[in-house]
Amino acid sequence: MEKLEFARARETMAHEKLENGLHVFVFPKPEFQKGYAFFATNYGGMDMRFRLDGEWHDTPAGVAHYLEHKMFDTKEGNALQQLAANGASPNAFTSNAITGYYFESTEKFEENLKILLSFVSVPYFTKESVDKEQGIIGQEIGMIEDDPDWKVFTNLMSALYRHHPIRVSVAGSVESISHITAETLYACHKAFYDPANMVLCVAGNVDPARICAAAREILPTQAGPIAEKDYGPAEPETAAEHLKEERMAVSSPIFQLGYKGDAPERGEKGMRQQLLGELACEVLLGNSTPLYARLYREGLINRNFSYGYDDAPGCAFLAAGGESRDPEAVRDAVEAEARRIDREGVDPALWERVKKGVYGGKMRGLNSFENLCIGQAQSFFGGWDFLRFPEVFAGIRKSEVEALIARWVVPERTALSVVRPGEAQA
Amino acid sequence: MLTVTRKELWPGVGLTAVHTTKFKSSAMSVTLLTPLSRENAGPNALIPAVLRRGTAAHPDMESLSAALDELYGGTIEPAVRKKGETQCIGFVASFLDDAYTLNGEQILEQAARLLGELLLAPYTQNGAFCPDYTAGEKANLIDRIRGQVNDKRSYAVQRLTQEMCRDEAFGVDKLGDEETVAAVTPESLWRRYQALLREAAVEVYYCGSAQPERVEAALRDALAALPESTDRCRPECEVLAHAGREIRLVEEPMEVSQGKLSLGFRTGGLTCRSEEYPALTMCNAIFGGTTLSKLFRNVRERLSLCYYASSMMEKQKGLLMVSSGIEFDKYQTARDEILAQLEAIRRGEIEDWELEGARRTLISGHRTTLDSQGRQEEFWLGQAAAGLDTDIETLCAQFETVTREQVAAAAQKLELDTIYFLKGKEG
Repeated sequence: MEKLEFARARETMAHEKLENGLHVFVFPKPEFQKGYAFFATNYGGMDMRFRLDGEWHDTPAGVAHYLEHKMFDTKEGNALQQLAANGASPNAFTSNAITGYYFESTEKFEENLKILLSFVSVPYFTKESVDKEQGIIGQEIGMIEDDPDWKVFTNLMSALYRHHPIRVSVAGSVESISHITAETLYACHKAFYDPANMVLCVAGNVDPARICAAAREILPTQAGPIAEKDYGPAEPETAAEHLKEERMAVSSPIFQLGYKGDAPERGEKGMRQQLLGELACEVLLGNSTPLYARLYREGLINRNFSYGYDDAPGCAFLAAGGESRDPEAVRDAVEAEARRIDREGVDPALWERVKKGVYGGKMRGLNSFENLCIGQAQSFFGGWDFLRFPEVFAGIRKSEVEALIARWVVPERTALSVVRPGEAQA
Repeated sequence: MLTVTRKELWPGVGLTAVHTTKFKSSAMSVTLLTPLSRENAGPNALIPAVLRRGTAAHPDMESLSAALDELYGGTIEPAVRKKGETQCIGFVASFLDDAYTLNGEQILEQAARLLGELLLAPYTQNGAFCPDYTAGEKANLIDRIRGQVNDKRSYAVQRLTQEMCRDEAFGVDKLGDEETVAAVTPESLWRRYQALLREAAVEVYYCGSAQPERVEAALRDALAALPESTDRCRPECEVLAHAGREIRLVEEPMEVSQGKLSLGFRTGGLTCRSEEYPALTMCNAIFGGTTLSKLFRNVRERLSLCYYASSMMEKQKGLLMVSSGIEFDKYQTARDEILAQLEAIRRGEIEDWELEGARRTLISGHRTTLDSQGRQEEFWLGQAAAGLDTDIETLCAQFETVTREQVAAAAQKLELDTIYFLKGKEG
């Protein structure tokens, strides 16, 4: 087992690659009462088309999320209740790129860890239970489709991208999930839930060797084949559409403004782009910029305004949004500010301030085991170590951020999604 | 190791300093403790929000957020809370711990100074609060008060509290009411603020890597402008041991699709000061405090009578409240079943695993408080408001020894006082 030290974050991370291909990362935290475990597969909502054993599979939208729901079923009953009875609070999520299962507990940590490893690695589906889930997930889909924030964001994705599967909602639609059967779920589990396609991250007052021992005891001993994914043809740099509007029952217009970025590279370059993207948002339209103050004063944005960088394999973007009586005016003001930054550069005092602010916020975020473990899992799939961020961050120059703004925040790469008050169109 | 130091900075101004290196941030808060009253609750709740808009040195939100960025993206948020019959108003802050700054800067002193500045050196116009900020925050607070009805689950508990304690200070909401807030002027708010600074007991909290001596020095310096006063007294909390002679039923019709049934019990005088407190806490956990509880398993899961059913305690006031969501026509059945579950506890019908499950959940919940700076702050503020200094480990040790008989005895003390039912408009 190797031990990695991260000087700025003052953290130690133990790492081992097991014989079955699973990577295990452990953050020993002897001063803490609780332990947290995160077990994830490199498989999410966008991995609908894949090749396994030489054969291409096209699976329905929403299948990764559906699978996540059904994984908690075990031959003996339900893993949720088993964990709850041990005082653990378990849960799971499916994002575009990954599916993760986790729990937190103060007692019987190893026993709980074995339950987690077992229910995620051993599929158990029956026709009845899969059919029953149609209704439950169907209701969940109905609920999110009524949510204007979800709608405005989903519309932004389909405006920015022509064919990348990030356009498709992770949960799928009532229609798409109706095609899911127990066989579909078994096939997807086989394709992606192999230890060699997964990662286990644990933080807490634990012994790394015992975590690895538990994984060896419960999981398959050999690595299996891993499916090859297909995201379709490469995306052009420009946005597919520049404006997307819809009407829903909202009290004032809500919007999401997006800028299509370059697909992230694997390794630390990918992390660097993430940090650059976050800083670009902060100096362009962040809380302490003159632009933000002006938009706020003019009533064009309010406290709900938020922004950030996000990426997934094959795509990256900046997005900013909230409520506004005039979203087009916000878009135009951001565009004008980007051109001003092209000409004059970012104010050096603002740059220093923002850099400190972002650094402190990210560092404080490491208090959270969840953040630490999920961050490491995602970074691992992206080819870097999460806790390296402070070192990379310290080396970022103002000119790099200015260059990113000049390249991404341009009309060709811009899309605006708006949900206006009114009757929804059937 | 985590050590807790309690200290009086000045008469009526207490400091709780938790020393630990396990976090990457340091947490700080300053809270004014004042008696909850119908007249003052609204204006009091408004004060931290208006203060947060600007100080003499940082007169607007832009300059405040620039100052916070300089302190590595620290946060200082206005907070209004209710602990028993004490209204707690002030600020809760989080900063990067000194050990993690890029250039070895020390943040604690500067952060404490900014916190003190927000509380004690506001931006003023003509010797009072700025009319613009006052008007803006009045509108925000009124929106928040009106918005309380949106979350029917918490609204039903709030209404139960109002009805059951209509003649007690506890019946007043922590945000006050719309009328008293609407009547506020920059001058009247300024007078209220001055009175609070003189009369309120003050609780200061720190959790982080700095030694208690350094914390004390930084906070003494930051709060030096607090007026000298010998009138700072900790608010009392009136405890009514028994329910009224008859159970009071309050029904409220509203355009809702799901009914809300809330039941309020008096605890026979048991509070966090009583020897039986650990048993009462266990009783609450077994009755409706966890997902293993009788209400959750029987009323919700087995009988499907409720969409949710849980119970909670007000430890200082000596109340236990059940909150549930039901179909309108299930009122009688749900009510009977909830009370039947309580009867079972009174008779000592508690399985071994129920008793142990509740004990483990409670102990685990208390222990993980030590893993969060925010939850520790909340815990110590609650202890300070109640005038207690029992720490978390001591409480956990007490839970270890509670017996089935003690739980049953605590349950026997519960007296149903008021029922609140939020029902549909038709029928």
